[in-house]
Amino acid sequence: MDSKTLIQLRADLYKKIRSYFQDQSVLEVETPSLGRSGPTDLHLASMRLSGDSPQYYLQTSPEFFMKRLLAEGSGDIFSISRAYREAEVGNRHNPEFSMLEWYRCGFGLSRLMSDVRSLVDSLLTQQTFSISTYAEFFESCLGVNPHSASDTDLLDLVKTRTTVQEDLERASCLDLLMSECVEPEMKGQGQAYFLFDFPACQAAMAQIGLNAEMQPVARRFELYIDGLEIANGYLELVSAEEQRIRFEQDNIARQSAGLEAMPIDEKFLLALEQVPDCSGVALGLDRLLWLIAREKGLIESPQMNLAEVLLFPWHNL
Amino acid sequence: MASYSTNEFRGGLKVMLDGDPCAIVENEFVKPGKGQAFNRVRLKNLKTGRTWERTFKSGESLEAADVMDTDMQYLYNDGEYWHFMHPETFDQKQADQAAVADAAQWLKEQDMCVVTLYNDAPLSVTPPNHVELEIVETDPGLRGDTATGGTKPATLATGAVVKVPLFLEEGEVVKVDTRTGEYIGRIR
Repeated sequence: MDSKTLIQLRADLYKKIRSYFQDQSVLEVETPSLGRSGPTDLHLASMRLSGDSPQYYLQTSPEFFMKRLLAEGSGDIFSISRAYREAEVGNRHNPEFSMLEWYRCGFGLSRLMSDVRSLVDSLLTQQTFSISTYAEFFESCLGVNPHSASDTDLLDLVKTRTTVQEDLERASCLDLLMSECVEPEMKGQGQAYFLFDFPACQAAMAQIGLNAEMQPVARRFELYIDGLEIANGYLELVSAEEQRIRFEQDNIARQSAGLEAMPIDEKFLLALEQVPDCSGVALGLDRLLWLIAREKGLIESPQMNLAEVLLFPWHNL
Repeated sequence: MASYSTNEFRGGLKVMLDGDPCAIVENEFVKPGKGQAFNRVRLKNLKTGRTWERTFKSGESLEAADVMDTDMQYLYNDGEYWHFMHPETFDQKQADQAAVADAAQWLKEQDMCVVTLYNDAPLSVTPPNHVELEIVETDPGLRGDTATGGTKPATLATGAVVKVPLFLEEGEVVKVDTRTGEYIGRIR
């Protein structure tokens, strides 16, 4: 694909996204790329500006700043921004990438999933959507319930169903089994799957609730298209107290893994108390653009390679 | 010995896995948004030639393998070993059946080959992409039949059997692609 086609393709995509949100009365916002803190997640590495204090971190998503706007009464908002993640390089990852993130006040997860579906339907024309709980789909692929399985059960599954030989913690076992055994079952051009109610150990910034079997689950969903993770939505945790505990636990995990503890973003925590009940979702725009380009016949390879839709891919800056 | 971390894995890099030297064929980075990162790696076992798939937690590392590709001249076969010589140092190496394997059928004395050395001993032998070999046995040629496109088997001086056009005779020299085993042309 030549650069002119690519420029036009992305411009068309952004125009459609902006028109979708305009119709929904969701306002576009801009937030800083640099923040005084970054996420505490064990498996997210922020890029840090070198130099003396204070430290500045390139944001891995606009989440902290967008929630501060929600706390100030912004109402429904969306943002098209650059996100930065250290060392994430591969066919499906570029360390700097484009993210669409939006928040809908008063929405639960099912309304937000419908919202995501409407948007995706306006961008990709031939999707068939399926929806199921994470547990149902996981169990149909692997024969084990991810909520009730013990850590040992999951590790046994890793040893028999994958080629990984290291010992992994619970959440990593689940991540691996998802990518090696579950995602391949969702492959197929035009196949879109929403999975919701994730294992509680993967709650990140989502609320934890009880499912019909009274098991604790993270009120989260993911949208997969052709077996690829495209969007990640949360029923947002709005308790600053609970959020602080999670930050502190994350930092303990980071330190025992030999990583630096992230400074706790006090401004964010202070604002969180004022954030209205809402759901939010982040969607990978480069991956979506690749799917659009393929649907239009501009890409022939069935295997995603993001460099095909990036004007300046990481290896060619 | 040095070691390489998953983020240094590139096609062609030689590493040790389960005690065998391997070459990395492909390295795919796999990571759910906020989850653990893994590298799905395809490796070729340089001893057996088999391809393995292994997934590693990102950041794990593998020991480097002391493997080196060297251009060497094929000298002769003594019945048990195939002997090769470095054209500048005159250093000689002997390769056994396991190392030479299928390459044996293409080895002509004095041809240059790539000998892959592991801990300084031949691990595998790659013949030149194209070799010129004499036909030692084939059915009599059909004179003038250069157009029908039919083929017949012909045994070459090194023992390889390839399909050649019907008009070729014993004693003629043909050029063959060793990667596919296909006849390319006649050498006059």
